[in-house]
Formats: sequence, structure tokens, C-alpha cells
Amino acid sequence: MIRRRKAGAEPKKPLTSSPLQSESDENKDQKKNFEAENGKLNVNENENENSKNLNWKSSTKSRGRSWNCLDSCCWFVGYICSIWWFLLFSYNAMPASFPQYVTEAITGPLPDPPGVKLAKEGLKAKHPVVFVPGIVTGGLELWEGHHCAEGLFRKRLWGGTFGEIYKRPLCWAEHMSLDNETGLDPPGIRIRPVSGLVAADYFAPGYFVWAVLIANLARIGYEEKNMYMAAYDWRISFQNTEVRDQTLSTIKSNIELMVATSGGKKVVVIPHSMGVLYFLHFMKWVEAPAPMGGGGGSDWCAEHIKAVMNIGGPFLGVPKSVAGLLSAEARDIAVARGMAPGFLDMDVFGLQTLQHVMRMTRTWDSTMSMIPKGGDTIWGGLDWSPEEGYECSPKKQNNNNSETGGQNGFGNLGNATQVHYGRMISFGKGVAELHSSKLERVDFRGAMKGNHLANTTCHDVWNEYHDMGVEGVKAVADFKVYTAGSVLDLLHFVAPKMMKRGGAHFSYGIADDLDDEKYEHYKYWSNPLETKLPNAPDMEILSMYGVGIPTERAYVYEFSPTPECFTPFRIDTSAEAGYEGTCLKGGVFSVDGDETVPTLSAGFMSAKGWRGKTRFNPSGIRTYIREYNHAPPANLLEGRGTQSGAHVDIMGNFALIEDILRVAAGATGQDLGGDRVYSDIFKWSERINLKL
Amino acid sequence: MASILRFRKLCILVPVKCSPVSYESHDAPEAGKKEDSPISAVEQVSEKPQVKKNKRQPKQWRCIDKYCRMIGYICTTWWLILFSFNCLTANLPGLKVPEPPGARLRREGLTALHPVVLVPGIVTGGLELWEGKPCSEGLFRKRLWGGNFAEIFKRPLCLLEHLSLDNETGLDPPGIRVRAVAGLVAADYFAPGYFVWANLIENLAKIGYEGKNMFMAAYDWRLSFQNTEIRDQTLSRLKSQIELMYLTNGRKKVVVVPHSMGVIYFLHFLKWVEAPPPMGGGGGPDWCNKHVKAIMNIGPAFLGVPKAVGSLLSAESKDVAFLRAMAPGLFSSKTLGLQTLEHAMRVGRTWDSVISLLPKGGETIWGNLDWSPEEGHVCDSLKKRQLQASASDDKGNNSDSRRAFHVKELTKYGRIVSFGKNASELPSSQFSPLVFKGSSTNSAGVSCGKVWTEYNEMSHDSIRRVAENKAYTAETVMDLLRLVAPKLMQRAEAQFSHGIAENLDDPKYNHYKYWSNPLETKLPNAPDMEIYCLYGAGLPTERSYVYKLTPPDRCKSIPFQIDGSADGSNSCLKGGVYFGDGDESVPVLSGGFMCAKGWRGRTRFNPSGIATYIREYHHKAPRSLLEGRGLESGSHVAIMGNVAFIEDVLRVAAGASGAGLGGDKVYSDIMRMSERIDIRL
Repeated sequence: MIRRRKAGAEPKKPLTSSPLQSESDENKDQKKNFEAENGKLNVNENENENSKNLNWKSSTKSRGRSWNCLDSCCWFVGYICSIWWFLLFSYNAMPASFPQYVTEAITGPLPDPPGVKLAKEGLKAKHPVVFVPGIVTGGLELWEGHHCAEGLFRKRLWGGTFGEIYKRPLCWAEHMSLDNETGLDPPGIRIRPVSGLVAADYFAPGYFVWAVLIANLARIGYEEKNMYMAAYDWRISFQNTEVRDQTLSTIKSNIELMVATSGGKKVVVIPHSMGVLYFLHFMKWVEAPAPMGGGGGSDWCAEHIKAVMNIGGPFLGVPKSVAGLLSAEARDIAVARGMAPGFLDMDVFGLQTLQHVMRMTRTWDSTMSMIPKGGDTIWGGLDWSPEEGYECSPKKQNNNNSETGGQNGFGNLGNATQVHYGRMISFGKGVAELHSSKLERVDFRGAMKGNHLANTTCHDVWNEYHDMGVEGVKAVADFKVYTAGSVLDLLHFVAPKMMKRGGAHFSYGIADDLDDEKYEHYKYWSNPLETKLPNAPDMEILSMYGVGIPTERAYVYEFSPTPECFTPFRIDTSAEAGYEGTCLKGGVFSVDGDETVPTLSAGFMSAKGWRGKTRFNPSGIRTYIREYNHAPPANLLEGRGTQSGAHVDIMGNFALIEDILRVAAGATGQDLGGDRVYSDIFKWSERINLKL
Repeated sequence: MASILRFRKLCILVPVKCSPVSYESHDAPEAGKKEDSPISAVEQVSEKPQVKKNKRQPKQWRCIDKYCRMIGYICTTWWLILFSFNCLTANLPGLKVPEPPGARLRREGLTALHPVVLVPGIVTGGLELWEGKPCSEGLFRKRLWGGNFAEIFKRPLCLLEHLSLDNETGLDPPGIRVRAVAGLVAADYFAPGYFVWANLIENLAKIGYEGKNMFMAAYDWRLSFQNTEIRDQTLSRLKSQIELMYLTNGRKKVVVVPHSMGVIYFLHFLKWVEAPPPMGGGGGPDWCNKHVKAIMNIGPAFLGVPKAVGSLLSAESKDVAFLRAMAPGLFSSKTLGLQTLEHAMRVGRTWDSVISLLPKGGETIWGNLDWSPEEGHVCDSLKKRQLQASASDDKGNNSDSRRAFHVKELTKYGRIVSFGKNASELPSSQFSPLVFKGSSTNSAGVSCGKVWTEYNEMSHDSIRRVAENKAYTAETVMDLLRLVAPKLMQRAEAQFSHGIAENLDDPKYNHYKYWSNPLETKLPNAPDMEIYCLYGAGLPTERSYVYKLTPPDRCKSIPFQIDGSADGSNSCLKGGVYFGDGDESVPVLSGGFMCAKGWRGRTRFNPSGIATYIREYHHKAPRSLLEGRGLESGSHVAIMGNVAFIEDVLRVAAGASGAGLGGDKVYSDIMRMSERIDIRL
């Protein structure tokens, strides 16, 4: 008994109860024991019982005394721990197939994953496969850092658990930023892409990117030696990945190696999102002569590439990137702000979240690769856009399909429901809907930038808005409406340094004469409207993307109330169209797409720009469009859905995986069934007036 | 950190929970006080309230509560310690970790110059599952080998099945694909917290290395070397990667850092890359000179390791033998029906690569029944220091004693396997000549377990005959292995060879099976290349074994085991194992001989006169627990954290030459041992 009590008393000593107390406890106990024994001696009839009682009593007493706050705390902790362990144990002891078993019990047997199905059909690994991940999804790890990043060597700063963001957010943002002048590493910091398949198989634990596709490819016999993840640092401009990391050379060497070791079988390239542009850049780079390019010669692509299967490719850019650059927000953040206005604006914790994020992302050159390309010709002018007449509510669209098709043609501008998608950014909802002749715009381009601000140092976060001044901000707002063409001017105006840096690496125009010598410069290589496809008539290009999800296309902006300290513009979340089936929600006009990339951007090149022998596609590379209509997951157990069309979730779409597996096993685009279209992409492409 | 968060959460939660309970607990002592006074006076009176209390108390204070409280105490203390540890370690001056060599060298101005290729050894590389049987569900692309090994405990048989290879081909069994993990993660940590390459990588990164100029040449270490090319094209990848790094780093040659078995793997690569295409890589004779600046072999197993014999013969080496001596029931009885050793042996015997580690060069190198190059080695390091002065005289005596066998203390290292302690000490004249009769394959009986090893096909007779031959040298041990494991040896001897070449120009040496044996190949024609032998010394290393027969009545399929009871009067024999100098796995002889003699200067093995350097690192045990596995360790794997070693590698990678490092650095008797070996150069 004493031993037990002592064990109980020991841990509490260092914390609260004084040793005196416990000693006196002990004395009392001894006394009691003594008494108890006395009691035993004092003979009685029920002596035994008594002594038992006494013993018991004294023991309960001592227990009762140790049963204080600390004990109950420990009891509570122990309770939780034991339950936790028990759950953990039972979870681990559970057979791996249990969740699946439950799912099948509820919903009936699941369809085989495409890999299993096709393996049964007899498909075998044939062509080596190259994955090119997109922006954001690839992991980045630390190779050299400042003091605050100690212990993070070769740990992921991006991707994985993101635990460090919460622990040391400022340190994290500092390390993730690049140098503002060069767009390369800041001194003393080296962040490098994770290499290998692990680079982008899961973005965060449980959030797959490539993992499902990899698993299915493995079912038909793929493994590390014939699958290659072309991981690159997605923050820096495409050419800089070569300058700094020799990533393009590495990709070239690996493709050559895989072709050589697999008996001359050409590779199937599967780029996703920004990887599409990156690989476009690669194909031009590899052909170009040595100092600037890879020196592979003009038939390198024909010799090494069987097919390029672009998943959700933003060939012509995404409007989202404009919002991202202008005010570091896309719809998600805008909605969050609408719901909890205090959260992002207030200086809670002194974090200034948005400003920090903005400063960080503005150092990333790669975001500029996704600014809408092709200007007004592609994205529409003040009064016209290729998507006009699109009905946002899918049901309504189905019902009135013929009707709307008839109503909405060219020049039907009086229609009030007509959405002016061409006006990528409008200041105020009224402006967004106004007829162009009624717009009163003041040109901002010549406007003086104020060289002072009321309180420049009110926060230590620097971004280029501070250099603009109140006058500049006003001038921007006075211009009222920006189309894809003038948005570029806007960006040049509000972020001159960034655009100057980016202008050296990317171009957003349409080439008049593709044979012009200037187009040999690498800054044009990632723009499909300013490059020719390689001379590879046997190659195939597939554009695979999801449709059926509202996708950001144009924005309604407003002034920020306090332009000195905060980002002066932001999305006007209060702008709602006010009737059902509207395209305007929370300040964002949306259109058909995969939630990130509008259909127009993903499909136009394959639908029109490259279809047949055009000046962009001189060798007549065959193109196919494969659209995947979005269907939300049937139940929670399906996770992110096997029929999803969303930008990243599409990588788990069974139909898409099946297409990829078939091509990897040797099929051609024709074998897949050619085009598969749900959206109006062909109609929209028709409306675009582009010299081919 | 997660635990700290949990702790923080607790701090918030606990007071809330605390108040109601503490209210009750305040009650209890009061009740106790009330009772106190009446007890002494009249006992009967006190009984009533006592009963009342008895009823209430048990409700809140039962066995389960006590248990919970105990757990709670443990958890809380644990968290507290963890928390304070996390807070304090950085600030306590006494606990400061010394500055890593990378940071120091960087201040000296060293920067990344030559790309670095790391070649991991056997066992340390991770293996992951790409295709498996149903029992391995959910393990796709998870590590079966390396990492936390949790699966071994959860489904041991399934795992062993997946790790074994096909017994006939030495390649994948049907339906199973286990592949090497790629990238630096393949072998940076073997298990969580147990670094292999991580330390070196971190220090290389300090002077500017990163993914683009550092490459881990991970390969499936279970396969024979040529099979890694046939199945995975690993050698082609290595070649392509080296060429790429050479080009993208401004035509700087690479520095190759192979470890353990990686050393002979890279030796194989050097020959492969020169050989013409069908069998080789077609790089031409000057590929190595053009692309490789230096090969820094760590703990090189050039001439094999005696440990491999132990593990092939009875799937055990020192550690297992000790374990068995301590807990005899654990391994012998079929507790849990596991038959651990038999399983391990069956799996291990499907791995061709183990054969590459068998001692090479036969009796010429490893010594015969009466003679060995290491003889006279003093095992006790203390004693050694005392005898340092008289050592040279001793050695003189020993060489005399080679002729007259009467110095008893001399360990006969040449007898790699002897049956019985006596046999290991007997003069050779008392042995009958070795005769292997055709092994009669009438099986001794039904095997008890389901585990099949080739021993089941041997009769008791032949087993006894094996033991009667008493002692085996490096050469006869091969015969022994051929007898007890015919299939394995047949498979493996098509891949590896263990002899010494008479005439290196013989066209038969163009076959790949000779490429990994330094005694049967010429080094490439690369006069500018440098070869380093970096290894630890000063640790007792397994050199030869005393075996005994397993009691025959036991239902066991392995008939031999190391005689754990055999302890010698001198300290060289412990638990049935004779120890020599080395790094705990590789004896000094195997690690250093080629650099010390075989390749030194222009020899027939090194026709272009590639410079060789020996850098030994004398083992010092870690001074305190905080040093982890030691900053001056010389043991086989922990040497990768040795500061002096890391500095050497960094300097060479940053452009230094062997002479710049200070040439040879020798602590052991390797030079003298090499002298004693009589090999034509």
C-alpha cells in the first residue's frame, strides 16, 4: 500500500504539493497503521472483519488524499491516451481491405480500376511514360536556408504536410520567395524541386495528384524504369529551370535513355496544367541549337515522342492568374473574405496574410506564363467574346439549348443577360454590364504615379503598390474596363518590375509571321500562338480536360477601403447578378471549364489552332480533343470522385486514366474514338477570327 | 512537435475537466478527517460513515482508474520531458553539436566542383513494391525494405515471400515486382534516425551540392550485378546520369563514392561501361578517364567478407550467434511457428548478390590451414598498445613460427570455417585430406517445417562427412558451399567468380562474371583517375568461425550453427567467432589490400598506373550519448558520419587530389599484411 501511495506522490512533487505535506501524510498513515494493528490486538468477536475494514479504511483514506486535481488530470490524460491507443491499435489491426469491404457492402461492387480492367484485356506496358507536373502541385525542398529554417534540410517546404507554414510562417514565406530582380534564388537560400515520382504523386497526405494514375499504370506493368516524373521548380521561368538546374537537359537525357532502354519505343508525355506550357517550351528548346537550346535537331521530337497527352492545359492562359497577380486572390479567397470580412483584412497576429502571399507569388515568374494570351482576338473585346451566350446554369442550358442557340448570335448586344466575358476586369458591376458606347474611360497609361504615400511604412511588407501612389490607383480605376489586351497594360502599370522580369521570359501576343527571326528567342516558346509545332508528323497531341464546372473568366473589382496599407484592388464579392442561372457570383463571371482553366484555353489549339495543317502546325500533327464531363462523387467513400472533371481531381477520372493507359500501351488517338466533346468548344473556336 | 501540440491542448482541456473531480476529492479528505477522531476512541461508531464512504469511493477509484492514472502520469511526464528537450537542446551550451565539417570547409572557401555519385551497398538501399500477391494489398509503392519495417511484424511471411527472388533465375518470381527506391531517399536513412548517407549528403549540401550534381545510384541489391542491367537497365541509367552530370556541370568529371558492396558494383560498372554493346555499355576504353575523377571506396569489400560465408552456411553471423547463446530457446524452438533462421536463410539464398561478397582470391589472399596474412594480430586493443614496442619482434617470431607450428597463441585465421574449437587450433598435419564424395541426395526424411532449404536434400551422412573434414580455408569453403547449396552456387557462379587470374589477357576474362573481382580484371585505362580506400580500423571484425553440428534429433533443417560456446584463451575467439582488425564487417585485408599492394603503382591489375590511396579511420567510440553513433566512428556504416571521413570526401569533391589530402593514412597493419601475401603483380 505504501509503495503505491509513494508512486502516486512522486510525480507531483516537482509540480505543486510540498514535500512537507506528503511527509505528514506518511506520518498519519503510519499512525493509522499502528492504530489498525492496535485494533487487531484489541480482541473482538469480529476481529478479522474489523481489521480488514480498518486496513481497507486506511488505505482508502490515503487514496482519497492522493485523489486530487493532479491525479484527475492524469486520470483524464491516461483515459484519453488509452482510448487513443486502443483505436490506433484496432485501426492497425484492421485488414487493409476493410474500408473497401464496407463500401461494397453499402454501394454494391465497385467497378474495377481501369488498370485492372485493362490488364485483364491484355494491355501491357509499351511506351515509356513521362509526367510533367503543373504549377503548385510539385514538391519543393530546402537545400540551404537561413537560420530560421534550421532542421529543415531536405524537408519539404511545399507539398507534404505544410506544417512549417503554421510554425514559422514568415520564415517560410521568406524562403519560398525568389529574388525580385533576377527571378532566381535569393542569396543564401536554395529551394529545389523534389525529384522522382514522389515529387508530385501526393500534394498533401491523402490528396493525390499523380498517384492514382501511377498506380494504374503499374497494374499494366509500368515501374520506375519506364515512368519518369519530370519535376521542375515551378516557381521560376521555364528557361531559368535550365539555367539554374539544367532541368530541360535532364528531361532530354532521361527521355533519350528511356527510349534507348525500352528498345526504341517512343515516349508518351503527359503534362498537366502548367506542365503543358512547360513541355511546349521543352519541345522548342530541344530543337534549338546549343547555346540557348538543347541541340537535339529538328527531328528530335519525331524520333522520341509518340504522343503528348495534355491534361487540363492552359494553352492560352487562365484569367485566374490575372486576379492572382493583381490582388493575390482567386475566387476561393474572395469568398472567404465575403464570409469573414475581418479575417483576412485585419492584422490579426500581425500576419497580413494576403500581402505576404502577394509579395511571395509576385517573385514567381512562372505565374506570368499563364496570363491570358492572344489578347482580344482570343478572349474577346469590350462587346464581344467567343463564349457569349453561354448559360451558366447547366439545367437551363439543357432545356433551352435550341432557343439560346438561336437567340444569341453576333451583335445581339442589347440582351440584358448577355455577359461581356471579354471585359476581364471591370471596376463595378454596373460597368461590367454597360454597353460599350456608354463607357467613359480615362486612359491610365500616361497617368502620373504618385511618388509618395500617406504612410509607406505602415507595414513592412513591400509590394509594388506602394510605389504607385493614390493617383496611380485612381487612374487605374478610372479606366473602368480591361480586356485581355489591356489587362497586360494594367499589369505593366501596377507591377512594372515584375512584368519587366516576366516580359523577358514570356510573351502573350499572336505572331503575324512565324518565320520572323525574333521568334527563335526562348520567350516565345511557351506561347502556342507564337511558335510552330515541331516537325513530327507521327506525333499526336491530345487535349484532355474536364468540362461542366463553372470556371472563373472575368472579375468585378472594387477599391480597397484603405489603399495605403492594403492591396488597393480587390474582387467585389457583393456583385451578384440577382437572378437564377447567373454567371456572376461573388464578383466573378464564370464560364464552362474545369474550375481553373476555361474550356476555350484548354481546347482552342486542338480544336482549331492546330487542327489540320496550319501555320502553327506546319507538319500536320494530328490533334484530338477528349472532354470529360464532370460528375460529382456519388458518395463520400468515393473520395474525390472517379468521374470528376475538376482541374486536379480529373487525374483520378477513370475514363481519362483508361485513355492514357491505352495510348501508353500503343493505341492512337483514332483508336480511342477521336474527339469526344461535351462543351461548345467547336462553336466558340469558330467565332475566333485567327489567321491560320 | 505533434506531441507538443497535444500537450498544449491538454493544458487547455485539463483544468476544465479538473474542477468537478477536485471538488469531490476535496470532499474525501474531509470525510476522512471526520472519521479520524472517532476511530481511536470507539471503533464501532466509525463504521457507519465508513460504509457510506466505501460505497461512494469505489465508483470513482477502481482498478481501471488507477491504470488510467498511471498511464496519464507516464504520458504527462513523457510530454514534459519531450517538451523541455525540444525547448532546451538548442539553447544549452553543453549540448551544442560541434560544427559540421561542411560548414567549416565552406568557410575555408570550398565550393561544389565535381558532381558526386553515391553508390549504396547491400542491405542499406530501400526496396519498394510495385506488384504483389493479394497478401500485400495496400503496400503499393511502400517500402518493404528500409523505412520502419512495420510490415515485417504485421505480415512476416508475406513480406519474406515478396523479398525473395526466383530460385532458378535469380530474378523476380512471377507476379511480384519489388524495385529499388530511386533518388537520394533510397539510402539516406536506412530506418528512421539511422542514417546511412544522410550525413554526407547534408555536408555536401553545405558546400553547394544539390539534386543536380549529386546522384544516388540506387540499384536492387538483391540481384547479381549484371542482372540489374538486364532487368532494370540500372547500369545504363548510371552511365547516362554520369554523362549528363558531366555535361551540365561544365565538363567536370564525377567523384564516385561507393560504399560496401557498392564498391564492387561500381567495379563491375567500370568494366561494363567499357565493354562493347551486347554485354556492356559501349562507352569505349577512355570513358572512365573522361568521366571519372576519383573513386572513393568506403569500407570496400574488394576481396569479399568472411561474414558472407557465415550467413550463407547457416544464415547467421556474430550478432545472431550471440543472441542464440543468450536466449537459446528463441531461435531453436519453433515458437510461433516462425522458424526465423530457416526463413531468413531461404530468402537470403535467393539473393545472388550475397555471393559477390564471398572471400575472393582463395588461399593466396586469405591464408591456408596454417598460415594467414593477419597472423600475429593482437585482438585486445589495450594489450596491443602495451605490446606496441615489442610488436616488431613478435612479428619476426611469427614469421619464423610459420615453419615450426608450435606457437600456440597464433590464431589460424586461414581456417575460415572449422568444426569444433579444437579443429581451429590443430596443426594441419593432423587433418585428413579433404574429400567430397558425390553428395548422396537421398533425403534424410520428411522435413518438419514448411520451410524449404537445400539442406533438406542432404543426407545425414553427407552432413556428417562435411563436419569430419574439420577445417575449411577460403578455397575449400567454396567447395563446401557447392556441396550444401548446389543450386545457389550454380546460379551464382554464372554471375561471379572468386579466383585469381593467371593471365589477364585471356579472352575469357571479357565475360561479365569476372568484372566485379579485382583479382580477375584490369582497371580501366584512366591514368588521371584516383582510387581511394577509405575504411575504419580498430574494431574486431569477423574473420573465421567455429561451427558445430546442430543436434540431429532436433527437427531443424539447418544442420550447422556457430558454436557460441567456443571462447578462446586469447581474446580473438569469442562466441565461436575469430576476430581480426577491420570495421566490424569488412576485415582490413579485404578493404585495403588492393590499394596497398594489388593496384599500387603499375601492376598487371592496374596497367595504366592509377594512383591509389589508403585512408584509414581509427575507431573511437562516441564520447557521450549525444554524439549519436559517433563523430569518429570507424564501424562499417557509422563511418559515414565520421568527421574526418566527410572532410576527405568534401575536399576531393571540391577538387583536391589524393596527395592534397596527405596521401596514405594508416593505423592498421595493412601494409605488413599485404607484404606477406604472395601474389604476382
